[in-house]
Amino acid sequence: MTESNGTGYTGSGPESQDSQPTAHNRDEIFIAVKNLNYIYNPGKAGGHRALSGIDLNVKAGEFLVIAGPNGSGKSTLARHFNAMLKPSSGRVIVAGMDTMIPENVWEIRCQVGMVFQNPDNQIVSSLVEEDAAFGAENLGLPSEEVQKRVEETLRLTGLSQYAKHAPHLLSGGQKQKLAIAGVIVMRPSCLVLDEPTSMLDPAGRVELMETLIRLNRTLKATVVLVTHFMEEAVLADRVVVLSDGRIAVSGTPAKVFAEVELLEGLGLKLPAASEIAHGLRKRGFPLPKEILTIDDILTYIKNN
Amino acid sequence: MLSGITLGQYIPGHSLLHLLDPRTKVIGVLASAVSIIAFTNWQGFVLVTLLTLTALLVSKLPLGIILGSLKSLWLLLVITFLLQTFLTPGTLLVELGPLSISREGLFAAGEIVLRLALLILIAFLPTLTTPPIKLTAGLEGILSPLQRLGVPAHELALMMTLALRFIPTLLQEAEVVISAQRSRGAGFTTGSPARWAKSLLPLFVPLFAGALRRADDLAVAMESRCYRGGANRTRMSTLKFSALDYVVIGVTLAVLAGVVALRLI
Amino acid sequence: MLEGVPLFMSPIIEIDKLTHIYLPGTPFQVTSLDSISLDIEKGVFFAIIGSTGSGKSTLVRHFNGLLTPAAGKVRVCGIDISDKRQRRNLWRSVGLVFQQPEQQLFEETVFADVAFGPRNMGLSEAEVTERVHEALRLVGLDPLEAGRMSPFHMSGGMRRKAAIAGVLALKPEVLILDEPTAGLDPQGKRHLMKHVEEFRRREGATIILVTHDMEEVALMAERVAVLNRGRLVMEGKPREIFSRAAELFAIGLDLPAPTHLMHQLRLLGKPVRTDVLTAAEAEEEIAGLLGEV
Repeated sequence: MTESNGTGYTGSGPESQDSQPTAHNRDEIFIAVKNLNYIYNPGKAGGHRALSGIDLNVKAGEFLVIAGPNGSGKSTLARHFNAMLKPSSGRVIVAGMDTMIPENVWEIRCQVGMVFQNPDNQIVSSLVEEDAAFGAENLGLPSEEVQKRVEETLRLTGLSQYAKHAPHLLSGGQKQKLAIAGVIVMRPSCLVLDEPTSMLDPAGRVELMETLIRLNRTLKATVVLVTHFMEEAVLADRVVVLSDGRIAVSGTPAKVFAEVELLEGLGLKLPAASEIAHGLRKRGFPLPKEILTIDDILTYIKNN
Repeated sequence: MLSGITLGQYIPGHSLLHLLDPRTKVIGVLASAVSIIAFTNWQGFVLVTLLTLTALLVSKLPLGIILGSLKSLWLLLVITFLLQTFLTPGTLLVELGPLSISREGLFAAGEIVLRLALLILIAFLPTLTTPPIKLTAGLEGILSPLQRLGVPAHELALMMTLALRFIPTLLQEAEVVISAQRSRGAGFTTGSPARWAKSLLPLFVPLFAGALRRADDLAVAMESRCYRGGANRTRMSTLKFSALDYVVIGVTLAVLAGVVALRLI
Repeated sequence: MLEGVPLFMSPIIEIDKLTHIYLPGTPFQVTSLDSISLDIEKGVFFAIIGSTGSGKSTLVRHFNGLLTPAAGKVRVCGIDISDKRQRRNLWRSVGLVFQQPEQQLFEETVFADVAFGPRNMGLSEAEVTERVHEALRLVGLDPLEAGRMSPFHMSGGMRRKAAIAGVLALKPEVLILDEPTAGLDPQGKRHLMKHVEEFRRREGATIILVTHDMEEVALMAERVAVLNRGRLVMEGKPREIFSRAAELFAIGLDLPAPTHLMHQLRLLGKPVRTDVLTAAEAEEEIAGLLGEV
């Protein structure tokens, strides 16, 4: 995911250059989470500990998946990334800014765009292009700049032809792409998506994942995807699995999916291809543990 | 079930009226409405009728849609007519038991019904020829000079925008909740008022809970998109008056001036 | 209700050239179901698949009389749903679980919410209590502990279970579920499907599952109907349906991943079955291909 083909933002004029971070150093840390603890409603009846001692670095330009069963703390963690939630203890540093300092909050939200599970509840306008413009308008940009960005954003998300449509006429996948358009119009360095595919049909899911990968590759945007679909985790640079508010395992997809017993114990389902490969290994076939997708299996069989 | 075409719903088109700046339409309709209320003689009546008919012709709206707005308010027209007819004293024409119809009554009733009809026809023109979102921008544009006087123009416009966005969604949700509770044997229409009110709980509790949940989600999503209120906010589409807008505003104001002048003469 | 009719012979749902038109007579008129004919046998686990907007939800809303045909006939449990008086009681024998049913919970306690349907049936309070407890146990909730809780203070997964219990408590002959597992994690999905299967086994009920999850179809369904733009385009056993990969892809649908893998191998000229449904079956085929170790 490191090749650059210079489409999208990079060709869109001088003033776009300074707001859009260009080629990242791959080892640069974009979000640093240090010993993060979070307690919901501390001291009250419904209070409980949602995150315990999370240490995590999100690298600039990385495609990171946060996986885990419902109630494992995935969404809680994600909401710390744009200062929507503040740590009970510990630190979250985004692009060098501490989320605990109120003056940083607005700049952090400009840098980290959030997309949520239910597309219907994040669209503000009954016109697609107006909705895409909302974030840019909030930044107080001149209207020509807003127009230019909206045009570009709709093109990047493949929604140009729907600019004048009402959002409720869009499919689920298109609505989520509009939600993405609604945040990338602010030119954030990072996109955080909280279970964006869970309400979509298979075609919508594929559509959305393709868009995410394209944005990650062409714009070098850091992408953090929260999901419980392991098929989506296969596409990531790195996977972090949460359980009960703690990091259970993290690493490359190959490394994480090798922990079959652990994942099954957490009630997570391996991607089908990994499951098949795992079964074949158990039968004594020497399949490498890097096999994650159907294509990987096909390649292996072709060569053997 | 709960969806369909509603009164005054935007009808897409490319007429001169569709092209006007939304602010022009709001100003024009206000001026015309004042003229319609203010005329006192037949010259004034001719003037405002000509203005209304011209506006309707220029809008190129289908006749059915135009009459539809009258039809939906026919009850109002009929009641007004009857009240005026029976309650105005004057030269007796007909007597029906305790009710009597006078010459003056008939004239007064005819006049007020004509006024009302003209008002209804003109009042629906902006919503019929302007997408709601543009109309909202127009209202915000007209109100924003008053912001310094404490009129929350941006907040009002945002409320309208969100209402437009979520009313269809909430209607759809209501339909689902009604269907779901009916599938568990709920009846929404029987019994005494107290029982009837109780029978609506299975509908209203989920609807309120749903609306609150949506409002919550929406607030988080808006904050995530750097929304901090109206200050420093810009708009993508800025409204611009064209020559046509000045002409229309001029004509409607001229008619208003004419009506007032005729009244004073 | 069906005296004299040999029940085991006739399908529990018979659909003959069903057409449904949305907003008829307006500029927004859409034919959302177009001349659908389909029989569903009693006791079968039946899945309906199709991309968003294909008419799945509209179709199943005819099964309990929420919608009536613009043209054609639908008979459910021997009742013609066009008959207004008979249709009114259809909810007693046909349960419909809507998408995200937890959003329809309204009572102060889970017990009261699950009891809503049985009370509307006019059952005695003792019977209601028995039904509620049974339904809660079936979905894996403790009748006494969870029954006392407010549905608004439970986790999403538990609320989903409570809402489904509210329909199971009607003990319907036909249970329709519209995307019941959407938004649940893999374990939640697995458990829910297990509960549904358990209900079918215990009550001999017919299950109609509307879903986007092809793996769910592969694991659970005995028969599948495929809708596309309001038309019925395929009907058959899952193995038959999923062997028609190209047609499914063309209408925005998917295959279970193991089936997909087999189709790809076949395209490479490998001698494998393409009617495979599960990972275990796929593993077997590949093992055969690679030869014994």
